[in-house]
Amino acid sequence: MTATATPLERTEIRPGRPILAPKGGPAVRPTAAAHLTDDQVEQLGRELDAIRDRVIATRGEKDARYIRRVIKLQRSLELAGRITLLFSKRKAALVAGTAMISVAKIIENMEIGHNVLHGQWDWMRDPDIHSTTWEWDFVSPAATWKHTHNDLHHTWTNVVGKDKDVGYDLLRMDEDQPWTPRALGNPLYNLVLMPFFEWGIAIYDLELEAWRQGDKPTADLKRDLKLTAKKALRQFTKDYTATPLAAQLVSRSGRNALIGGFAANCIRNVWAHAVIFCGHFPDGADTFTEEMIEGETRGDWYIRQMIGSANISGSKLMHFMTGNLSHQIEHHCFPDLPSNRYAEVAVELREICERYGLPYTTGPLPRQVYQAWAKVCRLALPPKRLPKQTVNQTPVLPRRGAFPIAARVL
Amino acid sequence: MVRIPALRRMASLLLTPLEPEDVLSLVNPLSSHRQLRGVVTKVTRETPESRTIHFRPGRGWNPHDAGQWARIGVEIDGVRHWRSYSLSAPAGADPAITVTAIGFVSTELVRRTKVGDILFLDVPQGDFVLPQHPRPLLMLTAGSGLTPVMSMIRTLVPRRPDADVVLVHSARTRDDALFHDELLELADQFPGLKVVHWFTREAQGRRLDLTDATDLETVCPDWRGRAAYACGPADFLDAATALWDRAAAEGAAEATTALTIERFAPVLLPGAGGEGGRVTFEKSDKVVDAPGDCTLLDAGEQAGVVMPSGCRMGICRSCLTPLVAGQVRDLRTGEVHGEEGELIQTCINAAAGPVHLDI
Ligand SMILES: Cc1cc2nc3c(=O)[nH]c(=O)nc-3n(C[C@H](O)[C@H](O)[C@H](O)COP(=O)(O)OP(=O)(O)OC[C@H]3O[C@@H](n4cnc5c(N)ncnc54)[C@H](O)[C@@H]3O)c2cc1C
Ligand code: FES
Repeated sequence: MTATATPLERTEIRPGRPILAPKGGPAVRPTAAAHLTDDQVEQLGRELDAIRDRVIATRGEKDARYIRRVIKLQRSLELAGRITLLFSKRKAALVAGTAMISVAKIIENMEIGHNVLHGQWDWMRDPDIHSTTWEWDFVSPAATWKHTHNDLHHTWTNVVGKDKDVGYDLLRMDEDQPWTPRALGNPLYNLVLMPFFEWGIAIYDLELEAWRQGDKPTADLKRDLKLTAKKALRQFTKDYTATPLAAQLVSRSGRNALIGGFAANCIRNVWAHAVIFCGHFPDGADTFTEEMIEGETRGDWYIRQMIGSANISGSKLMHFMTGNLSHQIEHHCFPDLPSNRYAEVAVELREICERYGLPYTTGPLPRQVYQAWAKVCRLALPPKRLPKQTVNQTPVLPRRGAFPIAARVL
Repeated sequence: MVRIPALRRMASLLLTPLEPEDVLSLVNPLSSHRQLRGVVTKVTRETPESRTIHFRPGRGWNPHDAGQWARIGVEIDGVRHWRSYSLSAPAGADPAITVTAIGFVSTELVRRTKVGDILFLDVPQGDFVLPQHPRPLLMLTAGSGLTPVMSMIRTLVPRRPDADVVLVHSARTRDDALFHDELLELADQFPGLKVVHWFTREAQGRRLDLTDATDLETVCPDWRGRAAYACGPADFLDAATALWDRAAAEGAAEATTALTIERFAPVLLPGAGGEGGRVTFEKSDKVVDAPGDCTLLDAGEQAGVVMPSGCRMGICRSCLTPLVAGQVRDLRTGEVHGEEGELIQTCINAAAGPVHLDI
């Protein structure tokens, strides 16, 4: 986040992030926002700043109670689930234990881990719920994930050539990515990726591509490899060695405990994969060129976040289980505001988008999942056979970066 | 509490990335060894504006020496705030603090603390403590400065028949005087304690004048022969220090003993703040624009960085943080300094231009 700061009130972007212009605008505005004048964009920026300021001013005990309650719920579920798995010889115990651990892992990764690591709860100054100390139930270590996610993805959201590729050189996720016969496997790769999503992310967070291109020093890669290996080993040991062993000793349920742990990880992975793909690939989420961010003002930055993301509509429970990533638009505008406040922000952002004639992409989960998958399948085919796009508003624009934009993580 | 290391390790294998404490804290909040906590066991009213808060500390607390202080963390509207408070309980007893409402945190503590509340803690520290060998003592206190001295008196007087303590305590009125009745009872009961209350706002009251020795001679004629301790507002301590310095210079022959003082607030140079600057907390990934009179500690805390701190007034050095780049201004002296890698006391330094801290 950025901008002219009232002392001590707004944290700013750190050096290396795009420097926002105080006035004016980029040479080219994205098509969806091309009808806005510089003044209108500036006014929009002020309106969003005001929302942010208001939420920050009213952050307090109620919010603190919320996150603590969620953490308590998650830990209780995790503990109950694991204890149940120790007696999973009986089918009912296997099913119940697996269900509890799956839900615990989903809540831990999404509503707690992702959001804590964004610094959404840093304002409480509780060292136990802080972005610098949190470690999550995920094979990718918090430290490496924070770099690729907070620093790279959230800064360069959808900027072609800047926002990094999460396809692990596996998925073709953008029209600009040169087609090779390998792309035919797109749907298959994605299908395999689903249940092993956390491992995919762990590999992505190593930034092998950046290292190959010489952008990431070998020493850094070595450090990250070591961190990741250690973390992965601990995670693996917990679910696939320690728990089954304990279950075997307690009630000879080792085999079922192993199955339960594996199933819980898969369920969490499939769910996380679905939610994350919905935030980035449904029709309506724009991509941008570097021309469009040069000279970007604060208002332009907000606009890029809004038209580059897609929400998922649904019930309170659904929002909770997606870690409020269903409010992807709100999250991208205000990545460090507490997630429990996105719902109230959403009402205002939607109204602002309407007033300024900007798209606000949202839809129910099945539709968003379908569109993301449709894209995966569509891009498996060579460009000339590309079916006519009807819904996607992505304008065809000259693009400088040869490196394709693709799936981004969360 | 998991005591056996092997059991602990096994539990942590099953719980990673959580620790056994994280799960135990579901039932017992005091079990965390990462965050020392205490639970409030009793709150007593001392004066209209002050309360003594007794608490039972969790694992990791060290028993305090009489006169020491501890850092107390309080959650106010969801945000953790830290301040230092002297422990008023005698050494060997469960700890207690006596807080007078004068500002944000103290008022919250005085008005809202109730039995069962959780306080965040840091271990006791400080060297405003009793001398190692028994000797005649003079205690000069004003306002809430009595707190650490009260701990010393409670520790020493009932236990040592050879104690010889004179306490001169200055307060606005009798109603404002901390521990008033208890002190009189102690003085009644133990010949080793003499208590002089000095009320500044009662009829004919005036401030205890320490610009020369006259007042002191009246209340404690043998003051030069006593080891002296002083705790109170800044001007009170400054006057006392000057008086003792002068006495030491004049009466070299007389065994003028040292004066030990404890400050509750830093002495800041008025107008020492300059332009301020942009402060980057590198590891925490936070950037703020801090005005020139805002300490780096305050700036970091406001940005949500978990800053190390202690006394918050430049004495304990708990707040040392490595400087990566930039210059800082010492708010006590106005001096601008800063070299790469230098450890900065964030509680008394402000930004002088852009500053990068390694935290
Ligand atoms: C070693 C040490 C021991 C201490 N021991 C004690 C103790 O035993 N008991 C105790 O009560 N405090 C003690 N203090 C002081 C305590 O740490 C806090 O500084 C104090 O409670 C004020 O904090 P606050 O948040 O309430 O004030 P803030 O809101 O932070 O205000 C900052 C300062 O402004 C001034 N101020 C604000 N309001 C008023 C007012 N109404 N009248 C006069 N001045 C005002 C005070 O100087 C205050 O310290 C100690 C401090 C130190 C360093
Ligand atoms: S906090 Fe004690 S010296 Fe800074």
